[in-house]
Amino acid sequence: MSCCAPGTEGSLDMAGATLALPSAEELMLASRDLGDGLYQLDLSVPGVHCGTCISAVEQALMALSPVSKARVNLSTRRVSIVWQVPQDETAMDPVDLVRAIKRATGYDAHLLSAAEEAGDVMKAQLIRGVAVTGFAAANIMLLSVSVWSGAEASTRDLFHWISAMIAAPALVYGGRFFYRSAYAALKRGHTNMDVPIALAITLSYAVSLWETLHHGEHAWFDATVSLLFFLLIGRTLDHIMRDRARSAITGLARISPRGAMVVAADGSREYRPVEEVMPGDHIAIAAGDRVPVDGLVIEGESDLDLSIVSGESAPVAVGPGAAVQAGTVSLTGSLLLQATATARQSFLSEIIALMEAAEGGRAQYRRIADRAAQIYSPAVHLLAFLTFLGWGLFGGDWKQAMLIAIAVLIITCPCALGLAVPVVQVVAAGRLFQNGVMVKDGSAMERLAEIDTVVFDKTGTLTLGRPQLIDTVGTPTNIAMAAAMASRSRHPLSQAIYNAFAGPVPILGTVTELAGEGLSCDRPEGRYRLGSRAFACSGTVSTSDGGSEVVLSLDGLEIARFLAEDRPRPDAEAAIATLQQGGFETQVLSGDRRPVVAAMAARLGIDAFEAELSPGGKTQAIAALQGDGRRVLMVGDGINDAPALSAAHVSMAPATAADIGRQAADFVFMHDTLEAVPMAIRISAKAGRLIRENFALAIGYNIIAVPIAIAGYATPLIAAIAMSTSSLIVVANSLRLNHAARQAKVSLPEPDRRRPAALTAKVSPA
Amino acid sequence: MNMLIYLIPVALLLGGLGLGAFLWSLRNGQYDDLDGAAWRVLEDEDQPRG
Repeated sequence: MSCCAPGTEGSLDMAGATLALPSAEELMLASRDLGDGLYQLDLSVPGVHCGTCISAVEQALMALSPVSKARVNLSTRRVSIVWQVPQDETAMDPVDLVRAIKRATGYDAHLLSAAEEAGDVMKAQLIRGVAVTGFAAANIMLLSVSVWSGAEASTRDLFHWISAMIAAPALVYGGRFFYRSAYAALKRGHTNMDVPIALAITLSYAVSLWETLHHGEHAWFDATVSLLFFLLIGRTLDHIMRDRARSAITGLARISPRGAMVVAADGSREYRPVEEVMPGDHIAIAAGDRVPVDGLVIEGESDLDLSIVSGESAPVAVGPGAAVQAGTVSLTGSLLLQATATARQSFLSEIIALMEAAEGGRAQYRRIADRAAQIYSPAVHLLAFLTFLGWGLFGGDWKQAMLIAIAVLIITCPCALGLAVPVVQVVAAGRLFQNGVMVKDGSAMERLAEIDTVVFDKTGTLTLGRPQLIDTVGTPTNIAMAAAMASRSRHPLSQAIYNAFAGPVPILGTVTELAGEGLSCDRPEGRYRLGSRAFACSGTVSTSDGGSEVVLSLDGLEIARFLAEDRPRPDAEAAIATLQQGGFETQVLSGDRRPVVAAMAARLGIDAFEAELSPGGKTQAIAALQGDGRRVLMVGDGINDAPALSAAHVSMAPATAADIGRQAADFVFMHDTLEAVPMAIRISAKAGRLIRENFALAIGYNIIAVPIAIAGYATPLIAAIAMSTSSLIVVANSLRLNHAARQAKVSLPEPDRRRPAALTAKVSPA
Repeated sequence: MNMLIYLIPVALLLGGLGLGAFLWSLRNGQYDDLDGAAWRVLEDEDQPRG
C-alpha cells in the first residue's frame, strides 16, 4: 500500500480484492441522530496512517455538500462524520461517504460494531476513577503529613474530618470497580484479588470514621485512598492494553461478506443483508466476490480460492452443479448460485460453533494474579482474624484488637500484587507492539510462557499464501506478452507472473478467461494461450513436479514457461531452528495435499506433520497433543484454523489471516517474518519471570511488615511508607523488562510499509 | 490556627481546579487522538474546520 498518494487507486483496487461496501440502510442504522436532521456516523478506516491521509480523507468528505464535519482520529483509525440528511432521501446516499474515502485514498471504510464502543466507555470510567482517587489521595496525604508531624488534638480532629469527607466520594467513585468484581466473584462462590481489596478499603474506612468520631489518634484515610489509587492504576493499565490490541485487530478489514446480490425469479436484482438470504434464493457472484452462504452453482464457471477455507493453496475450478462453501472467493468468473443454507448454517457458522466447543480448555485457565489471590486472600483473612482473637483474648481490649486486625488487613492488602502483574504485562505488550506483535490480553502472555510445543498451519502461515515465480524460461518479448495477459486475471498464478515482471507490456484487445484452464487472446500473429500445459499446448501432459507450471503458447506451441511456488515466509527456517534450539517441539498441521505439506516440512526442518486435515481434524490433533500433557501454541491463519486456534493453549495468527482467525488468536503479528513467534515467546517468558520476581518481592515485604502489624506497631504512618515503597519497588522491577527486551530485540528487516503506524505507538506509562 | 480555615479550602479548591481541568480535557476529547495531533500541527490550512 503506497501511502495515500493520488493515482494509486488502480493498483490498490487490484491488490485489495473488492470488499463489499456497507449498504445505505446499514449506514443509516449505524448513524446517530443528533437532531435537526443531523446524523453522526463513525467509520473505521484501518488504512489511514499519516498526516496526508488525514487531510485527504477530511477534504474529500468536506467536499460533499451535506457533510458539516469530518474528523479523522489517527490513534483509533476512525473517521467521525456529521452530515445533514436532506428532506428528499434521493439527494444523498450515505454510501457516497464511504465511496469518497475510497476514491480519495483507496482505503476501505468499515462500520464499527457495538462491542467496540463498550471498551471506550470502560476506559474513560477507569481513567476518571484514577484522576479522582489521585486527587483525593494527594490531599488526604497532605493532611496526614501534618497530623504525623504532631498536630494538636483539635486540629487533628479537624483534619480527620476533612479527610473523611474527601475519602468517602473517592471510595464510592473509585472503589465501585472492585466492589462490583468482588461481589460477582463471591456470588459465584469464588474469591479473587478484589475481595481482600474491597474488604480492606471498607473496613479501614469504617474504623477510621469510628476513630474520628471518638477523637482517636489513628485514622487510616490516607492508606485507604492511596491503596485505591495504586490499584486503580494497575486496573487501568490492564484495560488500556487489552483495549488497544482489540481495536487494532478489529480495525483490520473484515472478511466475511455482509450482503449478497439476490436475483429474483423475474430477473430483478437486490442487494440484501446476508442474514436475509434464504435457502433456494439465487445469488449472483461477480469475479472477485466472496461467497456469502453455502450453495450450488447453477450457472457459470470460475476458479475458487479455497485457501482460507481448506488451506489448499491452488484454486479449484467449479462449474454448474458444484457445491461451494461460504468464505471462498470466486477468482476468475461470475457465478449464479442457489443458496443451500442460511448464513447461520453456512460453513462459517459451523466453524464458529466448533470454536465455541473448543474454547473449554482456555476458559479454564486462571490468571496468575487470580491463582495467587486464591491462596493469598484466605491466608490474609485468617491472619487478620487470628490477630483479632489473639489480642482480644490475651489483651482483653477488643477495640484495640479490632484496630490491630485492620492494620494487618491494610498492610497485607495486595497493593504491590495488583500493580505488579499489569505493569509487567503492559511493558511487555509495548515491547511486542514495537516488534509488530499485538497481544489480546495479559493472560495470553502468561499462557505463552508455559508452552512446549509449537504447531504451524502451512498455507498463509509458514508460507506467504501467494505463489511466487521461481523459474522463468522464454524470450523477453514473450514474457512481456505473458505479463500483459496475466494482468487481466485475478488468478494467483497470473498475479505472480504479472507482479514479477517489470517493464512495458504490449496492449492487448480482448482476453478471454476460461475458468480452470487459463487465458487466451487472439492477435494478428496467432492465438496466444496462457495456462496449464494441457490447456496451452493441447494434448501434452504436465512434466513439472512440485510447484505450479504455467505455459504461454502461440497456436499451440510453447514459447514461454513459468514455474511458481508458494514460498515460505522470510526467516521461516531460521525461526523454526530457533524454536527447536529453544527446546520446543514443532509440527505442521495442514489441510493441503500430503506431498506439498511433506515437501514444505522437510524444507523447513520440521519432522512431524499431518496433512489433509479438516477443521475438526486440526482441533482433534491439538486436543490429542494437549491430552498428552503438552502445552500447545498454534500458529495459523485460515478460517479452517480458527477452531484449532481456539482449542490450543495459546494461539497466534498473522495479520493477513481471516477475520475469524484473528479474532480467535491471542497474538497477531504484523510483519511477514516468522521471527515474531520465537520473539513473542522470549518476551512472554521474560515477563513471566519478572511477575514471579515481583511476587517474591511482595511476599518478602509482607514477611517484614506483617509481624510489625501483628505486634500492634503499625501506625498509619508506617502503613503509608511501607505501601508506597513496596509499590515503587515492584514497578521499578517491572520496568527492567524494557531494558532487557531492548537488548534482546530481534533485528527486523526493512520496516514493512504496510504496517499500520499505531503498532509502533508506545504504550503510555499512564 | 485561624489561617487553616481559609488555607485548607484554598488548597482543596486549587487541587479541585486541576482535577476539573483534567476531567474536562478528557471529556473534550483532548486525549482521543494523540497520533493525529502530531500530524495536524504540520498542516498549512488556514480555514478552521467546522
